Amino acid sequence: MSETPNETLTGAQITVRLLERQGVRLVTGYPGGAILPIYDALGQSTAIRHVLARHEQGAGFIAQGMARVSGEVAVCMASSGPGATNLLTAIADAKLDSIPLVAITGQVPKAMIGTDAFQEVDTYGLSVPITKHNFLVSSTEELLDVIPRAFAIAASGRPGPVLIDIPKDVQSRAIEVAAWPEPGRRKLPAAADGMALAEAASLIAAAKRPLLYLGGGVIHAGASELALELAEKSTLPTVMTLMALGAMPVDHPLSLGMLGMHGAPYTNLALDECDLLIAVGARFDDRATGKVAAFCPQAKIIHIDIDVAELDKIKTAHVGIVADVAEALTRLLPLVPENPRAEWNARIDALKAEHPQPLPGVNDPRSHFGLIRAVAACLDDDAIVATDVGQHQMWVAQAYPLRRPRQWLTSGGLGTMGFGVPAAIGAALAAPERTVVCFTGDGSILMNIQELVTAAEQRANVKIVLMNNAVLGLVHQQQTLFYGQRLFASEFQAMPDFVAAARALGIAAVDLDQAANPCAALADAFARPGPCLIHAGIDAEQKVYPMVPPGAANRDMIGAQA
Amino acid sequence: MNAVSRNENQALSRAVLEIDVANHPGVMSHVVGLFSRRAYNVEGILCLPVGDGRQSRIWLLVNEDQRLPQMIRQVEKLEDVSAVRRHHADHAVFTDLEAFFQA
Repeated sequence: MSETPNETLTGAQITVRLLERQGVRLVTGYPGGAILPIYDALGQSTAIRHVLARHEQGAGFIAQGMARVSGEVAVCMASSGPGATNLLTAIADAKLDSIPLVAITGQVPKAMIGTDAFQEVDTYGLSVPITKHNFLVSSTEELLDVIPRAFAIAASGRPGPVLIDIPKDVQSRAIEVAAWPEPGRRKLPAAADGMALAEAASLIAAAKRPLLYLGGGVIHAGASELALELAEKSTLPTVMTLMALGAMPVDHPLSLGMLGMHGAPYTNLALDECDLLIAVGARFDDRATGKVAAFCPQAKIIHIDIDVAELDKIKTAHVGIVADVAEALTRLLPLVPENPRAEWNARIDALKAEHPQPLPGVNDPRSHFGLIRAVAACLDDDAIVATDVGQHQMWVAQAYPLRRPRQWLTSGGLGTMGFGVPAAIGAALAAPERTVVCFTGDGSILMNIQELVTAAEQRANVKIVLMNNAVLGLVHQQQTLFYGQRLFASEFQAMPDFVAAARALGIAAVDLDQAANPCAALADAFARPGPCLIHAGIDAEQKVYPMVPPGAANRDMIGAQA
Repeated sequence: MNAVSRNENQALSRAVLEIDVANHPGVMSHVVGLFSRRAYNVEGILCLPVGDGRQSRIWLLVNEDQRLPQMIRQVEKLEDVSAVRRHHADHAVFTDLEAFFQA
């Protein structure tokens, strides 16, 4: 506690002061009755800027965009009842992708809790399973403990969302504050076990066909450089999960890109042959492993993760190391001998040559892959790439040349349609010097299209590439492949005029379908500052290939032929 | 015939978990929520404050299941849990209570 002269402050003022002391300079949210005392105090703050979303879920994803780009804890706010329930999807999404958030919700006054008061909902109960931790603050004094703790919990260990539910009377009551707590900071975990590191190093040295398997934890830990060093020193072919894309440049000679359900054929086939899998900050998600019993069937496993509950959860590790992956890799590196692995890498090259990723139409900017490559050609590695969820997301994951950590923002674990636009706005707010491109679909964009107004209001430098096939692509694809081509509820009968809609909501828009030269029209749209919607019709019959059918082994891919 | 009789039930392999937690409203739902969301039945629950009342101790009687080690790790991750100890099903904490649970 640091000493200052006593001040008499309301709970709301204390909350805002504690956020300022945390170093928070940007929050996003949506006000309502039960959080008005905090909004009143926030309005008096000269340090914190508030960005008004147009839906609480939008606020949650704007905060996620900020956190994913910066790696810092981001803050979102909502009122009680529907405000809180609207935030839940964005919080659950943050939980599954381990994104550090602090969500602050207003609650009805304590005396009214449990009376079915207006806009009362059990926010604490609802948020138990989707937060890393949550608080229902029962006194104004508690705020001095709870708020710094919330930040420490969100940022420490495996990051995640923390919710603080604050009743209105706790916000309004004034108390004397004699001293301020230290801001809550990330606590360092215990160091990796040296014996286990030595054992891991000798397994790597002895392996003939090892693969490095990077997950989102590598991004969170800022360990991409170290992972790259390890890969290069021991010449380890490297696969990445959806969450880890950008950890190693996809065009690095050791990169095998993304693994799993929509991974490249050579990637999944290489995993089938490996004799050692070195999993770093990855959790063996079912979309990555396919049928678990058939995943890397010949391999011993080294598993490094900060969360002990991830070890042995899906696959039993021969060597399990609980640690911050950056710390573990720093100490593992000197123990691992240099090794050219000529034979294994020649085999990888042969797999790459024989079983390439199919990229039909990659040179045609009016096709899905061609459009993605044409967008990439307008941008450099400083750009941030966000996606929504669906076919477009997987195509971008397969074809966009991602080259740096925190370049790539996508909803991995929860797979939330509606993530893209607000997350891209949050990214643009957190990194105003960068261009943010958001790939979306005609299904996803409608789930949070109201945030285009926020983008317009903030003049966020967000270019939204809408790949419109007038169907729910992944549903259409599964119904075509696995449900006897019985297309139901996946073809939109009515289609809005998205270009007109974007303009009506206040942002520029261009229709590539009407452009004589789509590449020139793209370049023109990217050259102009501020938000812009870029509409492009694509073919509804195109599939995301290869595809491992749900529940099948990764080696059994559909559509793997180029 | 899917009801399991009391005797059959007791023949199943059981475990007793002893969990030290912070004593405040909500802790119990954090702990049992981890079980309910996995459709993992909790057969018995006991909870009382310990010491000055800032801590409580929760005793759970659960079926042995291959998921139990993962459950224990998940419980240990909870912010309000300071320790988890695993005991055999014959631990006195539940067997001594049997008189209160006669049909």
